[in-house]
Amino acid sequence: MNAPIIEGLFSVDAAEPVLLGSRCSACGTYYFPKQSNYCRNPDCDSERFDEVPLSRSGTLWSFTNACYQPPAPYVAEEPFEPYAIAAVKLEREQMIVLGQVVKGVGVDDLAAGMTMRLVLEDVPGVDGERVTWKWQPVEGA
Amino acid sequence: MSNNEIAILGVGMHPWGKWGKNFVEYGVAAARSALQDAGVPWRDVRFVSGGGTVRCGYPGYVAGATFAQALGWQGAEVNTSYAACASGSQALAAARAKILSGACDVALVVGADTTPKGFLKPADGERPDDPDWVRFRLGITNPTYFALYARRRMEVYGDTPADFAAVKVKNAAHGFTNPNARYKRKFSAEDVAASAMVADPLRLMDICATSDGGAAMIVSSLDYARKIGKGDAPRIAAISTVTPTFASELVEMPDIATDSAVAAEARPFRAALPAKAYEEAGIGPEDISLAEVYDLSTALELDWIEDLQLCARGEAAALTRAGETSVGGRIPINASGGLACFGEAVPAQALAQVCELTWQLRGQAGERQVAGAKVGITANQGLFGHGSSVIVKA
Repeated sequence: MNAPIIEGLFSVDAAEPVLLGSRCSACGTYYFPKQSNYCRNPDCDSERFDEVPLSRSGTLWSFTNACYQPPAPYVAEEPFEPYAIAAVKLEREQMIVLGQVVKGVGVDDLAAGMTMRLVLEDVPGVDGERVTWKWQPVEGA
Repeated sequence: MSNNEIAILGVGMHPWGKWGKNFVEYGVAAARSALQDAGVPWRDVRFVSGGGTVRCGYPGYVAGATFAQALGWQGAEVNTSYAACASGSQALAAARAKILSGACDVALVVGADTTPKGFLKPADGERPDDPDWVRFRLGITNPTYFALYARRRMEVYGDTPADFAAVKVKNAAHGFTNPNARYKRKFSAEDVAASAMVADPLRLMDICATSDGGAAMIVSSLDYARKIGKGDAPRIAAISTVTPTFASELVEMPDIATDSAVAAEARPFRAALPAKAYEEAGIGPEDISLAEVYDLSTALELDWIEDLQLCARGEAAALTRAGETSVGGRIPINASGGLACFGEAVPAQALAQVCELTWQLRGQAGERQVAGAKVGITANQGLFGHGSSVIVKA
């Protein structure tokens, strides 16, 4: 398995990948990316957090695509291929998380309310292949 | 609430464009124009409040002092406010505080910017602790966020790309005769539909450009305004610059996730900005004659109309289709032409909105004049929890 596109954001586990978040041990608020110094809930001054895996699936809140190649630090395929982007609402965490959608799935294949699952996919890096998380529609859900 | 009001004695702008000059030139041109409009001598200005810019080097970080020096040091106090897209409003709020506290009678508020071409991009280097770096690494650009909000409107309210294009067509018609606008062409729905798709459903002509420009105003106490025979000048009745309240409901640039709403209810940020302004001014949406809103995208203008409570949720597209948001309609939106005709010059943009309201309330807006305009409101939002809403009364 290739190294992650950004260290510490997700587990590199091909079978059951998860986003790595944290949870305030006092008020229960989840954080992604991880928060481990101060809770941002104005009614909570806790500084204790547990690292937690986030839910692996959620509901599609909205979606779009990128028709133009983004600037660095994005590393694009040659030639550039447009990709879809999903905003997925996680029920337990009450949080919306962004991410690219797996290759081969475009905006015409998506609709709000669909169930989306976290998977890993290889992407180009500055010095060779990397792996990142992507959202994939769950067939028949 | 009139004890919280200040007068707008004069306004001025340097036309928006891609002029490639130093930002100080635009600010000085706008400031001189505002001074002339106010009929106030430069030496009478005792406070210079600048909107900061982060893309023009050190002089941009200390914009207030930069403009004061360019106009000629005369011993005034200076301030620089940086608050992303709300920088101009924060600079205005600083001037208002100075005036209302009695520390000065007359202040200059000014913002100007020179912008690079293409996508706005993060600073260089490997910086995984910076959310702005993280999202670009993942392939999430500014249009991504605008498009996610636009698509959400389609999914929830049934808005269509044609509804979004109608906003561009309307704003293009408004800005057509505005001498300060950058794009002066009456674009059609066909023009919008023929432009390149950037982030589905938003096309190139649905998304605002970045521009150079400068905007300025001379503000004063009501006593000073009366003393120089300008007791009937438009007044600033409210300046709201509130932060979001946790837990923020939308995924906001540059984040890759929302707050978690497990321990606190999810709350909308945009709507909180005008709500505070209405409360401060002691008026409601029914009192508004016109609004200048931050149309970073065409679809976002529709969100703002609803956030300002000028119609019910989900009804802004129908309002636009019926012509009610055009000059001549019930509640004209972006009579100036908006960002669609200007492009965004960050530290100047919130001030440009107030300049437009001032001209409108004085009846000096020419062909884009909103008949009988009495009260106007602005709204904008930028990165990192910054936003503003200003109410101006005739």
